[in-house]
Amino acid sequence: MKNQLEQLRQKALQAVETTGDLAALEQARVDLLGKKSALSAIMKQMGALSAEERREVGRLANQLHADIEHSLDEKKAAFSAAALEQRLSQERIDVTAPGSPIPLGRRHPLYLVLDEIKEIFVGMGYEIADGPEVEYDKYNFEMLNIPRDHPARDTQDTFYITENILLRTQTSPMQVRTMLKQKPPIRIIVPGRVYRSDDVDATHSPIFHQIEGLVVDEGITLGDLKATLEVIAQRLYGEDVVLRFRPSHFPFTEPSVEVDMRCFSCHGEGCPLCKQAGWIEILGSGMVHPRVLAGCGIDPDIYSGWAFGIGLERMVMRMYEIDDLRLLYENDLRFLRQFN
Amino acid sequence: MLISKKWLSDYVKIELSPRNFSDRMASVGFEVDGYTSPGEGCEGVVIGRLVKIDRHPTIEKYFVCTLDVGDGRLLQQVTAAKNLVEGGLCPVVLPGGRLSGGPEIGDAEFDGVRSQGMMCSLPELGLSKADHPHAIEEGIFFLNEQETPCEVGQDALAVLGLDDLIYDFSITANRPDGHSVMGVAREVCAALDQPYRPHLPQVKGGGGRVEELLSVRVEAPELCPRYTARAVKNVKIGPSPKWLRDRVRAAGMRPINNLVDITNYVMMEYGQPMHAFDLRELADSGEHAQIVVRQAGEQDQTFVTLDRQERTLSPEMLMICNAREPVGLAGIMGGLQSGIREDTTTIVFESANFNGPALRRSGRKLGLRTDALARYEKGLDAQMTAEAVDRACELCELLGCAEVLDGRIDIDHTDYRVHSIQLDCDRINKICGTDIPRAQMVSYLERLQFCVEDDLVYCPSYRADMEGIADLAEEVVRLYGLDNVPSALHRGVTPQGRYSPEQRFERSLVQAMLGFGFFESVTYTFYSPRAFDQIRLPEDDLRRRAVVIRNPLGEDTSIMRTTPLPSMLQVLSANHNYRNEQARLFELAKIFLPADNEEDLPEERPQLTLGTYGAGDFYALKGVVEALCKALHLTPPTFHREAGQPTFHPGRCASIRMAGQEVGVIGEVHPAVLQNYGLDRPALLATLDIGKLFENRLPAPRYTPLPRYPATTRDLALVCDEDLPAAEAEAVLREVCGELLEQLELFDVYRGDSLPQGKKSLAYALTLRDRETTLNDARVSALIDEALALLQQRHGITLRS
Repeated sequence: MKNQLEQLRQKALQAVETTGDLAALEQARVDLLGKKSALSAIMKQMGALSAEERREVGRLANQLHADIEHSLDEKKAAFSAAALEQRLSQERIDVTAPGSPIPLGRRHPLYLVLDEIKEIFVGMGYEIADGPEVEYDKYNFEMLNIPRDHPARDTQDTFYITENILLRTQTSPMQVRTMLKQKPPIRIIVPGRVYRSDDVDATHSPIFHQIEGLVVDEGITLGDLKATLEVIAQRLYGEDVVLRFRPSHFPFTEPSVEVDMRCFSCHGEGCPLCKQAGWIEILGSGMVHPRVLAGCGIDPDIYSGWAFGIGLERMVMRMYEIDDLRLLYENDLRFLRQFN
Repeated sequence: MLISKKWLSDYVKIELSPRNFSDRMASVGFEVDGYTSPGEGCEGVVIGRLVKIDRHPTIEKYFVCTLDVGDGRLLQQVTAAKNLVEGGLCPVVLPGGRLSGGPEIGDAEFDGVRSQGMMCSLPELGLSKADHPHAIEEGIFFLNEQETPCEVGQDALAVLGLDDLIYDFSITANRPDGHSVMGVAREVCAALDQPYRPHLPQVKGGGGRVEELLSVRVEAPELCPRYTARAVKNVKIGPSPKWLRDRVRAAGMRPINNLVDITNYVMMEYGQPMHAFDLRELADSGEHAQIVVRQAGEQDQTFVTLDRQERTLSPEMLMICNAREPVGLAGIMGGLQSGIREDTTTIVFESANFNGPALRRSGRKLGLRTDALARYEKGLDAQMTAEAVDRACELCELLGCAEVLDGRIDIDHTDYRVHSIQLDCDRINKICGTDIPRAQMVSYLERLQFCVEDDLVYCPSYRADMEGIADLAEEVVRLYGLDNVPSALHRGVTPQGRYSPEQRFERSLVQAMLGFGFFESVTYTFYSPRAFDQIRLPEDDLRRRAVVIRNPLGEDTSIMRTTPLPSMLQVLSANHNYRNEQARLFELAKIFLPADNEEDLPEERPQLTLGTYGAGDFYALKGVVEALCKALHLTPPTFHREAGQPTFHPGRCASIRMAGQEVGVIGEVHPAVLQNYGLDRPALLATLDIGKLFENRLPAPRYTPLPRYPATTRDLALVCDEDLPAAEAEAVLREVCGELLEQLELFDVYRGDSLPQGKKSLAYALTLRDRETTLNDARVSALIDEALALLQQRHGITLRS
């Protein structure tokens, strides 16, 4: 009987090994382990053996049963793995084909940059003020120390609505409005549209954007102005930006300071971009004129302040190397798509 | 302001390179915009002597010249010029040299005869007959050796004064004194820390007393604070000497004749405009000459200026008159007869100070701008008139072109007192954030020609911009150097930086629109009143009442917009023209609604405008509006059929409301409007008032426990009249089901043969749930039956079989 079992083992394991597919394997399982199988038959004959022999043969038969089952399972696992392999190889796709498009909107480049500037200032403790674009002459000029006969007020520069109302030519009137209603400390920026009677060309537009900044408090100095503008320039243009501060003139600041940035194209050597100067003008600023402070009811003997103004368009054009300002107001999607 | 380096060198020694000099001047607030040399680009041009002239052996019109160019070097040149002078000196380009911007000049051959280099004409050197009156422009430029001493082989640019450097200074509006050579020289001296030594004019005179010849009366002293005049006689009009012509040319003007050149020279040197009157214009022959400075008044209505234009005068305009009539527009331009003529013998120099703003108004009214006017407008120092007129007389004597009369007439109403400012050093350091010692401040101020005595700083008369301590601080710090001011972030109470709720709302709104695939546009906030016709607004539409610009660039930009629709349509149209296949755009900007009272500011309302084409129909855009309201957590909007919006398709337009209030409009653009904007495909627009959206924000959400009981769904296919708005049927379903209705979705609208004519089928999926218990079938069926009954009763709606 032992011999029979041994022969059966060899035949059975070979049968399992040689099955071709899953169905044949299931058939083999029935043939080898089922009620009509040779192993079953042997086990049924075991009653005729002595107790000792039965124990011995029973152990061997059980062992053989377990081994056949194991080899069947192994074979089945192999078939499953092969089948999965087969399916996966059939399910291959072209991963280089494009994804399903999701329409994506884009922020206008002007406001993309403006958002960044706002973030920087809010992070430095500033609030953002918004003011009217149609403004009183009084706020746009008079209270900013620009009297009636100042050349900047020529009708060729300013759009007038009535004798006393105009389209603001600068965001500076918000300096006056803010100081009239709020006591120091004041820290604001005022981004917004301004209007000047300039014909449209590659570098001019009758509508453009400015960002005004105003700080008023006790003990504000030129050193504070410098430090703040340095931080902002570094955040906007990179840590290695080189600035130059030079005296200038604006009616509503004294001392007035113009800020230049070393030309990023030629690094100061002189090139067409900076008109050979090696420097590019980036903003105007200065200490708030004592007369402006006093006019707004802020005592210039106690408080001082500084202000600045940046032209947004010029800045955006420089950042993205845009050579024609008109593109910013044409809203051609082929243009708008380029910014992110 | 163009300033010649050679001229500046009369006052100050400049050893810095042009770049370093420019940087230094910028650091004290006198920015140099650029610099050029008149001889820029010319190389290898020397003085040559024409030693021999031969005819060309074969070409009839040509000559073969032999030129001595120094060091014993002889050149042979072929020329067609006719004005050849044997022994004459002329500028010669050596072989390998070049003229400004031109190619290299080498050897050439003219029918077998070699030609090396080139003799130059005046225009080839950027010069004209005005610069060298003895020479001709069409031929070789032979130098006048008496006037221009030079040697063969010398650098011609140096000989001709073309080796100068012209700096273009950008002068700030507070420094009108900077529009003069002396003004700039003072600043350069201060910047380079060299003493400034002004030249004081010395006039010999001796030609008799001016008072015997001329009297001056100023009738409008507020408009003419000072009028100074001197006279010269026995005038010999002729060309100026070369040094004077060179300077006039360096300043960007054309030399005319000695007398005119003198007035221009003084104007450049001092910044003081001068006028030269022919005495005959101020007096009839033999009669005592008279100048009356008065306003035009009613008697003088027109005046013919030097440029032969008849000008219409206003009564307030200031005129320079003789005893009878005007001879000049004060400070702007002389009259036709008043100038210097060939036969002029006696000249009156006017050196006056006029009220800048008044002159500016006159100039604008007349449409006239002159160099003199531009200077007066900026505001001139009234204390320089006497010295300037003396300088003109001194130059007349120097040139020997006239005899100067003694004395000057000087009508001075300025009541000038030296202005002084308290020197508060602590305050200056406080403004600048510096620690500059007093002695250093005093030294800076003295370099800038201020006079410091005790604690008072006395300002020069030409520094009218100096008002108070802030101005002194600027003077000190610009010599100290802004770059030396230590940067120090202000310490102290830091106010909280933040975005206001409105600003945060706007940011979310923009983010949402970008997420929906919309591109942001930025358009002009003004447009043409014709835009209202283009969007078909009726004559009496309120939106036609706009804020009007009095002095627009043109009609196209003449009114402030009252509706953003034309701006967006313009953008859509442009994109369509650029062949962009589809467009989804939005803009966030203001409209301007005029106040009832003209003297009040208009109301500025920010609007969100959406515009699309090629990107879906009405429902696609409506979906965006609905999604936007959800994204911003707003009161859910309702849409109401709007047939009366002229810009929109009458059947495809809705007003958008929130809590009963209108917040915007949405619709397909009217075909006629599409046509007006050159759009040949449907486009959609929506506008939303951002202020109203902001008011309709819902309170922050609270957590609702997740449902514990299952939901039941039912589909209903309802048959109703074609015209019935779906919203009506939905209202009934919501009314009946109440809080049990968790979701209601219209998933199909069917029209077709299986339905009676004029009917449509609306297929709804209802999701019902009771939060407290499981909904059983019986309750759901009862609810549906009730709803169907009400639908039938109110709108004749039946269930589709």
